[in-house]
Amino acid sequence: MVQFTLPRNSKIITGKTWPKPEGAGNVRKFQIYRWNPDDGKNPQVDTYFVDLDDCGPMVLDALIYIKNKIDPTLTFRRSCREGICGSCAMNIDGINTLACIYGMDEIKGDVKIYPLPHMPVVKDLIPDLTHFYAQHESVMPWLETKTATPEHEWRQSIEDREKLDGLYECVMCACCSTSCPSYWWNGDRYLGPAALLHAYRWIIDSRDEATGERLDDLEDPFKLYRCHTIMNCAKSCPKGLNPAKAIASIKKMMVERQL
Amino acid sequence: MSLMTDRKRVIGLGSARSGTDHFWKATVTSVALLVIVPIFLFSFGPLLGEPYAEVQAALARPFPAVSAALMLIVGFYHFRLGVQVVIEDYMQGLGRKVAIIVMACLSYGLMALGLVSLAQIAL
Repeated sequence: MVQFTLPRNSKIITGKTWPKPEGAGNVRKFQIYRWNPDDGKNPQVDTYFVDLDDCGPMVLDALIYIKNKIDPTLTFRRSCREGICGSCAMNIDGINTLACIYGMDEIKGDVKIYPLPHMPVVKDLIPDLTHFYAQHESVMPWLETKTATPEHEWRQSIEDREKLDGLYECVMCACCSTSCPSYWWNGDRYLGPAALLHAYRWIIDSRDEATGERLDDLEDPFKLYRCHTIMNCAKSCPKGLNPAKAIASIKKMMVERQL
Repeated sequence: MSLMTDRKRVIGLGSARSGTDHFWKATVTSVALLVIVPIFLFSFGPLLGEPYAEVQAALARPFPAVSAALMLIVGFYHFRLGVQVVIEDYMQGLGRKVAIIVMACLSYGLMALGLVSLAQIAL
């Protein structure tokens, strides 16, 4: 059966409350998930206070403030700080999103930050995305052709190129897949919204010549048909994409080639 | 401990080459039920609580009998398809296979029981 409760060694306990910054009048309370694989303890939620007058407006700014000025052991991924690299994906105020483009003013009350749900944790806010990336690789996210490579580029009409809008922008942050209950329960076999969005991006690419093989590979009760149009993926996507629509389009193509 | 690569874990046993048939049948039966359920409620609803002779007379007519039979056949078939998906979602291993078999027997059994009962009343 699906496991609805956390195992004993994953139950979250109350952690340390760090002192407020001295002389700060405009502070915001942060509650952040902490887990260190080396100390053998259960995960805990630490409380920090951030001086908003000395910090940028985004949640990532606050995390960097905490790491630089309060607790250098706080561990998280970040790189581009403008929503392009997808590194700082985490669960903020109950929603999977990118910390770098999520403003603190969008959150009421304390800011609660956890790693992406239902993934193994490497440390603190860093999930293990190994399986997620392997699933992405399995859909062959590259151009597959059989025709001899042309002397110049593979040509594509403006209309066909427009079909890729709303798909190519995915930054593989994993916010969608880790918000999907079907992916939580059957993530070992269900490819998840991110991988399927990428699969569709190549299925409808006018230059790609492996459409049939791609559909054959997805013709599976678990790889594709675990999607029940729950739509958490579309709700959580920080880039405003709609993986559920892409998955529905794949299902439509599956039916079209049988009827 | 297994030393399989991550790609090998994802590939598993490969594509089952099925799933669309189940999806399409569930879609078609759900659309059919959108028509059948109101007709069934319209024809069968007024009979609730009525004397046996009146129910028997009503179900002896083709329209109420056919709507009741369609409700039993399409309804339980759709039930079987839908519950199988729920079982696949929430159960794993041997339990999943056993539950799917039990649920299929239950669905077709209830469908048969309903049809036989309908025939006994109507004929």
